[in-house]
Amino acid sequence: MVEFGFDYFLVWNKKFYGKIEIRLNCKGFVMNEQTAMLPLSARGLCRNYADTTVVHEIDLQLRKNEVLGLLGPNGAGKSTIIRMLTGNLAPSKGSVKICGIDLTEQPRIAKTHLGYLPEVPPLYQELTVNELLRFVAQLHRMDKQALQSALDYVKEQCGLSDRGSQLIGTLSKGFQQRVGIAQAIIHRPKVIVLDEPTVGLDPNQTREVRQLIDGLATTSSVVFSTHILSEVENICDRVNIIHQGRLVYDEYLTTLKDEGKSLETIFMALTGIGN
Amino acid sequence: MIVTIALKELRVLFFSPMAWILLAVMHLILTWVFLGRLDVFLELQPQLLQIANPPGITEVIIMPVFAMAAIALLVITPILTMRSLAEERRNHTLTLLISAPITLTDIVLGKFLSLMVFLMLVIGLLVVLSLSLLIGGSLDLGLLLSNVTGIFFLITCYIALGLYISSLSAQPVVAAIGALGILLGFWVLDLVVDNNSWLLKFSLLKHFEQFNHGLIDTFSIAYFMLFVLLFLVLTIRRLDNERIGM
Repeated sequence: MVEFGFDYFLVWNKKFYGKIEIRLNCKGFVMNEQTAMLPLSARGLCRNYADTTVVHEIDLQLRKNEVLGLLGPNGAGKSTIIRMLTGNLAPSKGSVKICGIDLTEQPRIAKTHLGYLPEVPPLYQELTVNELLRFVAQLHRMDKQALQSALDYVKEQCGLSDRGSQLIGTLSKGFQQRVGIAQAIIHRPKVIVLDEPTVGLDPNQTREVRQLIDGLATTSSVVFSTHILSEVENICDRVNIIHQGRLVYDEYLTTLKDEGKSLETIFMALTGIGN
Repeated sequence: MIVTIALKELRVLFFSPMAWILLAVMHLILTWVFLGRLDVFLELQPQLLQIANPPGITEVIIMPVFAMAAIALLVITPILTMRSLAEERRNHTLTLLISAPITLTDIVLGKFLSLMVFLMLVIGLLVVLSLSLLIGGSLDLGLLLSNVTGIFFLITCYIALGLYISSLSAQPVVAAIGALGILLGFWVLDLVVDNNSWLLKFSLLKHFEQFNHGLIDTFSIAYFMLFVLLFLVLTIRRLDNERIGM
């Protein structure tokens, strides 16, 4: 049985675009052709805490080799959304698919395609950089030969080559953040989710992280959250603005540039006082 | 995956001085008790020879040492289990495990296994200590085996309970005190409840007493296993609820 449906997305600049969605339904197995190809897609994501709704009906799509910025003021619900995208928090409603695999139904398979750096890098202070990265790679079921080369590669990528045998607890904040990124990408995931990756870094380190994210987009798709406008302008292909738990804006940055609009004006208009 | 997690746990455990201190203190206490009993045995030996069916060195020395070990482990296990989940939560490292393609069961069993391995070291030392008596006499190896079996099951219970309490809190110390309180409660149960009460069926140490006297009772084994299963399942449920919950 083939089912056709229409789905509309209202974009802030009043442009309306329709998306045709084809659903193949055979013997109860529903395959969504459109989302199957997307590295990461979320549909109707809601999250309630007790009586308050923190996230309202978020639809989010990350396309291949794209860098998507989740932009929003502090407390907009970015971290909650990110935690739901990575399976750390179950959505109250809605679903998340990673490479077409449902995160709730098949969490183990879905998570193999996922690399995640939370707001606080999840590092065991008692382990050395090598030990931690090795442990993460083993959790992702990398075999021994692949592991060593992946370890060397990721250390070089993140500028950790000469820190391998140092205890994580003795590293500076900037290096700990690098280890945090390294643990998220060592298994070469298709989807990389970073929660405020540049917070607390000095300008040089911030630039390095940006370059790193740029490089990652050649092989993976990246979504990261931030509240810094320049960061979005510098590295993102597309921006999603979140305000009070709602997705209020979704646009390609090239389109923005073509139309001569500034991201700052839009951000202020959407999230400023009175909105 | 379970083994990977267990190895990491052991690495972290042995990185801290706590593991070594615990091993040393445990061994010190047990050796002290052991030597004390050996002294008693040597004093009693002439009198024992006059009895028709005298208790041997296993009864006089090894049984009390294992009984003491059961109490000492009751106090020490919460100190070991307190960090396993509470500290992961406090240091935000639980996210790393939850985002990895493994199940919560893997995480909990990995931690359980690592603590088992560690406490088996304590038991291993105890067994070596007991076997050292073979130099000067003969041992009732059956009784020794029954004691080892008993204490093995007993520590699985301690660890399972400790893990569960650790999963409830983000403060390791709170987890330690909680687990210690409950385990002490089980001990006090023996002391305050009268001998025929049904409550004694729930006492961990009463079940261990059977093994201590050389009786391997399947009912006790079943109780221990159910106890472990219950708390491991509760731990997994608790971690899962955190994802779903408020």
